Amino acid sequence: MNHPASVPVSAGKVSRADPIMKWLARNVGIPTVAMAIFLGLWSLAARNIQVSFGSLPGPVAVATEFGRLWEQHQAENLREKEFYRRQAGLKTTYLAAHPHGEWKERKYSGNPTFFKQILTSLETVFTGFIIASLVAIPLGIACGSSKSLNLAFNPFIQLFKPVSPLAWLPIVMILVSALYNPPNPWFEKAFLSSALTVALCSLWPTLINTAVGVASIDQDYLNVARVLRLGWYSRIWKIVLPASLPHIFTGLRLSLSVGWMVLIAAEMLAQNPGLGKFVWDMFQNGSSQTLAQIMVAVFTIGLIGFALDRAMLSLQRAVSFGAAAH
Amino acid sequence: MKPAIPVIELRGASKGYGTGASRSEVLTDLNLNVAEGEFLAIVGFSGSGKTTLINLLAGLLQADAGVVRLDGQPMPPAGPDRALVFQNYSLLPWLTVHGNIALAVDQVFAEWTVARRAEHIANSIAKVGLTPARDKRPAQLSGGMRQRVAVARALAMEPRVLLLDEPLGALDALTRANLQDEISRIWQEDKKTVVLITNDPDEAILLADRVIPLSAGPGATFGPSFAIDLPRPRDRLALNHDLRFKRLRKDLLEWLTVSARHSSGPAASRPARLPALVPANLDQVTWIDRAFPRRGKNGEATIKVP
Repeated sequence: MNHPASVPVSAGKVSRADPIMKWLARNVGIPTVAMAIFLGLWSLAARNIQVSFGSLPGPVAVATEFGRLWEQHQAENLREKEFYRRQAGLKTTYLAAHPHGEWKERKYSGNPTFFKQILTSLETVFTGFIIASLVAIPLGIACGSSKSLNLAFNPFIQLFKPVSPLAWLPIVMILVSALYNPPNPWFEKAFLSSALTVALCSLWPTLINTAVGVASIDQDYLNVARVLRLGWYSRIWKIVLPASLPHIFTGLRLSLSVGWMVLIAAEMLAQNPGLGKFVWDMFQNGSSQTLAQIMVAVFTIGLIGFALDRAMLSLQRAVSFGAAAH
Repeated sequence: MKPAIPVIELRGASKGYGTGASRSEVLTDLNLNVAEGEFLAIVGFSGSGKTTLINLLAGLLQADAGVVRLDGQPMPPAGPDRALVFQNYSLLPWLTVHGNIALAVDQVFAEWTVARRAEHIANSIAKVGLTPARDKRPAQLSGGMRQRVAVARALAMEPRVLLLDEPLGALDALTRANLQDEISRIWQEDKKTVVLITNDPDEAILLADRVIPLSAGPGATFGPSFAIDLPRPRDRLALNHDLRFKRLRKDLLEWLTVSARHSSGPAASRPARLPALVPANLDQVTWIDRAFPRRGKNGEATIKVP
């Protein structure tokens, strides 16, 4: 109806900027106001609530704490660089003195900073997520293409899907301690336990969605495969997998967000040096900065979760080849 | 006609779904010989089991009773020697035009060299005039173009028999007429054996050597075979005035209408499908300005024929 070409240029009041302003007012204005109200209420609460180690930190205190954590991170980085520089120097002097001697490299043993812990958390969640996907996608394809397999697996899916990560973790930790004792471990046990717990809790959405996606493939596509006499491998790779990609990615997106949520709890208990451990350590510290630091962690966890979800959403859109297509 | 073994043969074949009381027979006692190189059309009502029939001919379904043979042998499972063109195209939406055809060619002619396959794919696309659209995905194409891709994919397999399952059913009248001409042209080029299933008697008569009506379901079966001895190439405008064409169409429609009256299925409760109107030469039409209310300023009809 609102044909832009038919709007007279000299129409004055009915300028084209109007809808843009309206859009801005709505989509930027409302969230901004809501954020301001939230910050106001938070400040008010902060001024009036006293906890055992001082008052509840307000927005400003939390922002300051974030800055402090960043400074700590940079200071720690400098110290680490200095350590390795010094070690390199020592190594040259040592090797000059003992040409046949053996030099043992040492790792810097400083505390991981908040930002290093974020990286650890991301590594852990993606390790768990990849393990989950590697299990869930093939299993989902199998369940989706065979009714018998689906019937066989369904009870387990229903049974294990609602189990909390806190229940899985002890089992996983005990099993990891019992089974994972290589002489030169690639991973810390805590890392492995956390990642496996993430995998156990996050594989269900991918498994279920993949199975549904495969089971609901258009019969015509399967007929194409039959007329072409595609082999088992080609059929999966060229027809089944691409046809169910939109479903699979919906599952993966749900899995990643479940995994991220589970990770914090898993890290807390397994003492994997990520965000979960950070929150737990701060809680144990009980210093005057404790609450502010935990709140920084909460916002960080939220933001990263949001970013991961957005990234998965764009991937999901990229594989949804136009709904109109047949 | 040489007394050769028919390419496809049905003897007393029937097919139904369900068991016991809930069983419904879709097709009963089908007898059919499809001769080498002939263009056979089967005309039936919607819901009379046309898709089930083509699935039997393709080997996608097994008959419950009776015999289905290909070249005198029991019908093997579906294969590229019986290429199917589906009503809803069934192109793979994640592949381009080129990709869809390449999937078929690479599978069917796996022993060819890469260069030979590439050339064959390019030729197949060119045959249906889609070279400019080779890198588009099905979602970016119109219905007519999609069906062209589906036809190109089927032809690219170089099948013994081309099975067309209401290939033009979802298209508008003009695109439909265009593609009918194209199918006719392609068939006259390489005289493949073609079985066309359609709900449009005019389309059947225009394209085929032989038309067989399928009675209204349930338990549909074949009617008599109508030989179409109209000369080729057939001109759709000239056909309209051809007495043989009119007679064939009348006989065919009469048979279908009567079959619907005797049936208990959904076709019985519907009025018979009217034949699609083939556009006449409007220059010779004189009644048209009487039929329309006059809107022109000086009493002239405002209809213009280009």
